[in-house]
Amino acid sequence: MTSTTELPTAPAALPQPATTRRRPSKLGRSRPNFLGGLGGWIWLAIIIVPVYYVVITSLKNQAGFFTSNPMLPPAEPTLDNYKLVLENDFAKYFTNSLIVTVGSVVPALFVAFMAAYAIVRGKGRFLSWTNNVFLLGLAIPLHATIIPIYWMITKAHMYDTLLALILPSIAFAIPVSVLILSNFMRDVPNELFESMRLDGCSDWAMMWRLALPMTKPAVITVGIYNALHVWNGFLFPLILTQSPDTRVLPLSLWTFQGEFSVNIPAVLASVVLATLPLLVIYVVARRQLLSGLTAGFSK
Amino acid sequence: MSTATTTPRRELGTGRTAGTRRTLEKGPSGWLAVPALAFFMLFAILPLLGVLFLSFTSWDGLGEIRLDGLSSWNTVLADPVTGNALLVTAKIMFFSFIVQAPISLLLGVFTAASQKYRAALAVLYFVPLLLSSAAVAIAFKALLDPNFGLGPGLGLPFLAQDWLGNSDLVLFVVVFVIAWQFVPFHTLIYQGGVRQIPASLYEAAQIDGAGRIQQFFNITLPQLKYTMITSSTLMVVGSLAYFDLIFVLTAGGPGYSTRLLPLHMYLTGFKANDMGAASALGVILVVIGLALALFLQRLGGKNRNASQLEGA
Repeated sequence: MTSTTELPTAPAALPQPATTRRRPSKLGRSRPNFLGGLGGWIWLAIIIVPVYYVVITSLKNQAGFFTSNPMLPPAEPTLDNYKLVLENDFAKYFTNSLIVTVGSVVPALFVAFMAAYAIVRGKGRFLSWTNNVFLLGLAIPLHATIIPIYWMITKAHMYDTLLALILPSIAFAIPVSVLILSNFMRDVPNELFESMRLDGCSDWAMMWRLALPMTKPAVITVGIYNALHVWNGFLFPLILTQSPDTRVLPLSLWTFQGEFSVNIPAVLASVVLATLPLLVIYVVARRQLLSGLTAGFSK
Repeated sequence: MSTATTTPRRELGTGRTAGTRRTLEKGPSGWLAVPALAFFMLFAILPLLGVLFLSFTSWDGLGEIRLDGLSSWNTVLADPVTGNALLVTAKIMFFSFIVQAPISLLLGVFTAASQKYRAALAVLYFVPLLLSSAAVAIAFKALLDPNFGLGPGLGLPFLAQDWLGNSDLVLFVVVFVIAWQFVPFHTLIYQGGVRQIPASLYEAAQIDGAGRIQQFFNITLPQLKYTMITSSTLMVVGSLAYFDLIFVLTAGGPGYSTRLLPLHMYLTGFKANDMGAASALGVILVVIGLALALFLQRLGGKNRNASQLEGA
């Protein structure tokens, strides 16, 4: 797994990764970069201070919050805030988020992969036109389409259901998925497809038995990127759902903030709880996630 | 699905040499692209036409939709809040670009080279990528509280002001929070770009005796041209999508000082129940987004995406 994550373009670019890996160490051996280091540490502080503040405040009780120094850790840390959040249907919102994310990302990957395969391997007006539609789609600000989407979802009697969030999420994940997947698929050597073709393989089989394994890092990248987007999505839930039964995590933070506006530590505990699952995944799969995202956008 | 597997095979079998050639050239069926295209047409292209149509109607979001000519457009264009929203959008776009672009470029170059504590840095640098805008906004709202936030905590009086209640300051606070959340993403893009620069260029420069700063300006920057265009396009077009963050952080206030165009559209449509006017604002949003994206791609000249976009 680790070797493939380092080489997202493994099929085609064999000499390249060697050079990319060698250079940083060479540079590193020259004089240390003091200015860069200083800037790096300053930015690190900017990143950390808010995170630190959120975590320590979430462990304070109300009295401690009002009396103690905001930047000092609590004298008597308490998990009561977390208990309060968990009792407020956190599990339900978490499940809703999970359903919407998986329900959007998996179908989006499936259809985008087929489209990318057709665009890269196929010819003809229709496919190049399709590709242009998706490229144009990257430039469309999603927010502009929410009113007609709201109308469509209401007319289809899907308002306030999880499906109402899944369907547009699939559509908006498609352009970027097709772009990244097709960029990667162009690197799969043509000879491999031709030899499979001569063995009598159909396109359907080539797609799943050759193109998919060869572009696996890209598929994972696209999956992660879309999952992050859908998981953190706020606008569709705000407009297309209403009741607590269909509430997803980002929206629950917002409503919780409204309900418990006087209890800041509890609100911040809900922020920590909503972030924790992603943080655990990140720490475990950091290499895959970062190298995938890097490769996906700098190609 | 079964037809897709059988047809090419039959074609292969019929015409020995000529048939094989033709199947190889023809490639897979365009039908494979249809599901993705259908989804995208239904939930993006169709709504795009829909928003244009709705801008000529009046609708409160619940009742009947009535054709109403140009009245929504007249409302929107005569409303000073629209002009203000455009100005706020432009300001946020400009300042957040000015702040984010250099920081993420430098951090990207810095993190692409090896340095001590790399693993620890990499874990922490990119944490904001994981947070939802709602979470970031709530965290900063608490942090910037004049009584219980960062200012009194550090004992620095100038930090203890009402950041979000001061209409002169709030825009810059918003820009800062945007940078906090999105710089890590663009750093990552630059990091990938830097790692693709051939090492031989730096080796040659070192032999010629070029220093680090010369290398940065003569090799790194020119080589990152397309990375800069990608990142800038995402930054500029993406600044129309800071909706969530600003909605939760300031709700557009105080007054109208952070009510940018997407937020103005949302409030007009779903709070003031004027979907016609909101649709007209949506059309303006689309036009601006497309114009900016095309402009930036042109600026980059002939890269792969530009040539394809030009054909569209």
